[in-house]
Amino acid sequence: MIEVKNISKRYGEFSAVTNVTFSAKKGDIVGFLGPNGAGKTSTIRMLATYSPPSSGTATVAGYDVIEQPDEVRKRIGYLPENPPLYPEMTVKEYLKFVGQIKGIPSRELNSRVASTMERCFVADVAGKLCSTLSRGYRQRVGIAQAIIHDPEVIILDEPTSGLDPKQIIEIRRLIKSLGDSHTVILSTHILPEVSMVCNKVVIINRGAVVMEKPLAELVGERSLEEIFISTISSDVGAGSDVLPEANVN
Amino acid sequence: MRNVIAIAKRELLSLFVSPVAYIVLGAFGVLSAYFFYLILFYYNIYVVQAAQMPWAGSQVPSINQFVIEQYFRTLLVVLVFLIPILTMRTIAEERRRGTFELLITSPVSVLEIVLGKFLGTGVLVVAMILLAAVYPLFLPFVADPELAPLFSGIGGVILFALGLSAVGIAASSYTENQIVAAASSMMVLLLLYVIQAPAEEGGNPFVSEFLRFISPNAQVDGFIKGVISLKSGFYFVSLITLGIFLSVRALESYRYR
Repeated sequence: MIEVKNISKRYGEFSAVTNVTFSAKKGDIVGFLGPNGAGKTSTIRMLATYSPPSSGTATVAGYDVIEQPDEVRKRIGYLPENPPLYPEMTVKEYLKFVGQIKGIPSRELNSRVASTMERCFVADVAGKLCSTLSRGYRQRVGIAQAIIHDPEVIILDEPTSGLDPKQIIEIRRLIKSLGDSHTVILSTHILPEVSMVCNKVVIINRGAVVMEKPLAELVGERSLEEIFISTISSDVGAGSDVLPEANVN
Repeated sequence: MRNVIAIAKRELLSLFVSPVAYIVLGAFGVLSAYFFYLILFYYNIYVVQAAQMPWAGSQVPSINQFVIEQYFRTLLVVLVFLIPILTMRTIAEERRRGTFELLITSPVSVLEIVLGKFLGTGVLVVAMILLAAVYPLFLPFVADPELAPLFSGIGGVILFALGLSAVGIAASSYTENQIVAAASSMMVLLLLYVIQAPAEEGGNPFVSEFLRFISPNAQVDGFIKGVISLKSGFYFVSLITLGIFLSVRALESYRYR
């Protein structure tokens, strides 16, 4: 489903992502884990065809992100770090618009919008303007926007950031349910999220993958937290148990 | 095409829930009404004076020349200032809000995005001009103007406004800042508006001809006088195409930054 080989992203002199390689099969929920500034968003943006990699290749849903970005775009749902909402539209209008540009046929549009709103728990705010939504609702409308056209691959950049504990639980449940029929990549810096939701973890630090493993293989080994801290602090120096950037909760 | 229409409809919705459309429509309505009244007022004085002094040999000027043409030329100036305000947010705002990220990662081409923006803005611009065209359209009921220049004039002003809109959208696609977009497109449009002025003073005929060619108001003058020329039509189509092309280039390059 997703095949990433040695992709790098450079912004001028600055190298945000270096030689990242990983893969995901259909039905995988991949947790993309790393401290803030590790290159998660840069990698995700390349997979979402927002910005092409400087070097390397990546195929998403069987199509190359550089050669056939339009084919990729038909098959992905993408939630950027900030939900891309139009404040002046109501939730329903917004989802209808997204459905249209994602290519949902007109006759299915209304029923799709309705079922997606149910699924993401936003039906009760259907008539509200996006500008008046709370952070939790904005995030859920953002997820609704990413799954409305039932894409093969769903890419979520920090889907639970800014939510309260109850909302986090709901969103995680929703993401888990997506894994049945889709491939999901979600980036996060929250460790327990990965062990609760994902079946595969890719740890990234300073723009490079430091570990890629199915979660099942980690059972019996050290806890994810220990692995995370040891992998990302190996280049800082042994014994650094203080992570200034990572939000370990 | 479906994508273009979806984006255009969304653009119109945004325009009409924000105060921008109402302010621009209101300003254009008030200014055009005021200028029309003023022009008609002076025309009246002129006609009365000409009638009182038949010995002076001055002919009564035609209502076409004195009222309709003047009115359309005045509208052009108003449009130079109002269109940048209408177009400043089109793409700059999408980029600032992050909704551009949604558009660009959807199965929609950059050209479709820009065409949608142009179509949405264009609908409002045409509605705005038709609203202002109501005043001269009353003239045939009370006077006897030639109709052909009246209609070709309306068409010309619409072409002019659409050309300006394309330039405004291009300016909006090069920045995330709406004020920068408005200021830069207003500057470019004002420059284009006055650029043919040196040509009227003579000088190198080739340069004069060139300056007249690139000036949108010099090009639209034929339409206002009732002379529809293919060359001017071609000019406005080129201006629109250029604006759309520059916007597409800007949006494509943005992905590589």
